[in-house]
Amino acid sequence: MRKQRGLSIISMLVFAFLIIPMIIIVVTSFGENPSIQFPIQGFTFDWYLNVFETNSLIQSFFLSIQISMIATILALLVGIPAAYALARYSVKGRDILKSFFLSPAMIPGVVIGYALFQFIVIQFQMPIFQGLLLGHFLISLPYIIRVVGSSLEQLDFSIEEVAWTLGCTRVRAFVKIVLPNIQAGIFASFMLAFINSFNNIPVSQFLSGPGVTALPTSLMNYIEYNYDPTVSALSVLLMVGTVILMYIIEKTLGLASIS
Amino acid sequence: MTYVDLKDIRVSYDGKNNILKDLNLSIEKGELVSLLGPSGCGKTTTLRVIAGLIEPNDGDFVVDNKNLTRVPVHKRNFGMVFQSYALFPHLTVKENVGFGLKLRKEDKTTMNPKIQDILEVTGLAELGDRYPKQLSGGQRQRVALARALVIEPKLLLLDEPLSNLDAKLRVQMRIEIKRIQRKLGITSVFVTHDQEECFSISDRVAVMNNGIIEQFDTPEEIYNRPKTEFVARFIGFENFFNLTKQGEKTYTTSEGHMLKTSQSWDDTKLVATIRPDDINILPKGTEQDTNMIPGKVVVRTFLGKSYQYEVETNVGKILVNGPKETAYSSGEELLLQFPEEKLILV
Ligand SMILES: Nc1ncnc2c1ncn2[C@@H]1O[C@H](COP(=O)(O)OP(=O)(O)O)[C@@H](O)[C@H]1O
Ligand SMILES: [Mg+2]
Repeated sequence: MRKQRGLSIISMLVFAFLIIPMIIIVVTSFGENPSIQFPIQGFTFDWYLNVFETNSLIQSFFLSIQISMIATILALLVGIPAAYALARYSVKGRDILKSFFLSPAMIPGVVIGYALFQFIVIQFQMPIFQGLLLGHFLISLPYIIRVVGSSLEQLDFSIEEVAWTLGCTRVRAFVKIVLPNIQAGIFASFMLAFINSFNNIPVSQFLSGPGVTALPTSLMNYIEYNYDPTVSALSVLLMVGTVILMYIIEKTLGLASIS
Repeated sequence: MTYVDLKDIRVSYDGKNNILKDLNLSIEKGELVSLLGPSGCGKTTTLRVIAGLIEPNDGDFVVDNKNLTRVPVHKRNFGMVFQSYALFPHLTVKENVGFGLKLRKEDKTTMNPKIQDILEVTGLAELGDRYPKQLSGGQRQRVALARALVIEPKLLLLDEPLSNLDAKLRVQMRIEIKRIQRKLGITSVFVTHDQEECFSISDRVAVMNNGIIEQFDTPEEIYNRPKTEFVARFIGFENFFNLTKQGEKTYTTSEGHMLKTSQSWDDTKLVATIRPDDINILPKGTEQDTNMIPGKVVVRTFLGKSYQYEVETNVGKILVNGPKETAYSSGEELLLQFPEEKLILV
């Protein structure tokens, strides 16, 4: 009994530790004072309006959406077949291959960003946009392969074999039988990879140029010159967006499917 | 006339160990043949070679005089029922069953009656709109069967289809499978490790061991005259001991007891075997005759319908079942009589 009380106190503290900064951000976004303050004086929605009036932020927001969307879709196109091959065929170097595909998740983003910047942008003169896309593709791929891979591992492959005996070619059986049964995993991996890519700073930091700046980078630049609650307001908007996405995932598949 | 022919099929998964070792099997049209054997002996592998899910390393697979060895699985038109049923979870019963027909681009007007017919035959008429997870084990089994049958396959392949059902349903389903198979006259290969199931359903049984077929015969023939020690052990023979041939149908044990058999066997077969049920127990002192071996009870076990004795004799320990009216106690001496027609040499 005593022990349990001790545990619940600890978990309360942890919870508070996690939630307090968020509460502070939400609260500060409504403050009237032009520098971030806590507690706040007055109450205003001005900073929210300011978010939509600050061109650099809006531009970056749409760029980030675009980059994350395209990168995640590309990662799906590569990741689903790769996850399938890894789950289905007991190829010799399977474990090595698996680690290779998952390696971007283990290498610090800074390193990926720097490497891409150094070799792709400087050496091969690739435009920033494509470089950024490539970076985000790389950090998305491991999520896709892991989440789709785990739903493939739960799938009884004999349903695919039955489809072959009924007259399906391999490609057709994959499309008509495998894909519908890993839909949930594909959706979850898409959401996860997208959110992760959208929030990513280290990779984006290195890959920015005139007119091509991801939102987190823009935000950091903005803070450097203006320490006003616009940043808080934007953060709140992003949090709300993420919560809505998470709610959709939870509703459609349950959070358990992503952990 | 042979319809399905497996000729010297060799399969190796790793390139070193042969899982099937030059396996030969000929099946006639309309027959239901079982592959019977212990787990790991290669039954599933054989069935997968037939289905086209595995390409054999060597050998030929012929159906109806056409060599199908290199024909891919989706072009063979064989129906297959998996142990796990392998129903498509995202499709209803009707859609599961109609899946093969749809691929054949059948017209709705010919397709729907076919689906309806097979659902009737398999007793699923009421369940067409349910999803697999809303069905019981027996019903899933029927859907898997219906789905395999509706494409009018040249061959029906069943891999331990009843092993996930409870005992009562298993008996019911095997009668059902037999009935449908007869009705449609479809050539079938049925994999099982259950002797009773296999004997009750099959026209012929191939007993497999370690990648080869040890014996391929009717159930009666296998039950009464197993050809190898492995087959004999697998179908319930006990009591193996050596014999020396003396003359036509006459043998002696290592201790000089004379044993006669009712059938003649080739010279090389010198191990005798008999089922515990087939040995008669006589009291000590009965007039000595041929096919008698004296012994002493070591252990008595009550089996319900009879007693089982472990009897020490000079050919080794012999298991005997005796009527429950007369119980011999351990230590008691008695005579074992081996009826000529029940003594098998392998
Ligand atoms: N995909 C595979 N890869 C490697 N070995 C296998 C594979 N499938 C089966 N085997 C091996 O082949 C042998 C025969 O297996 P199987 O045909 O499934 O036997 P059964 O169906 O009679 O139980 C077993 O020793 C098994 O371990
Ligand atoms: Mg098997």
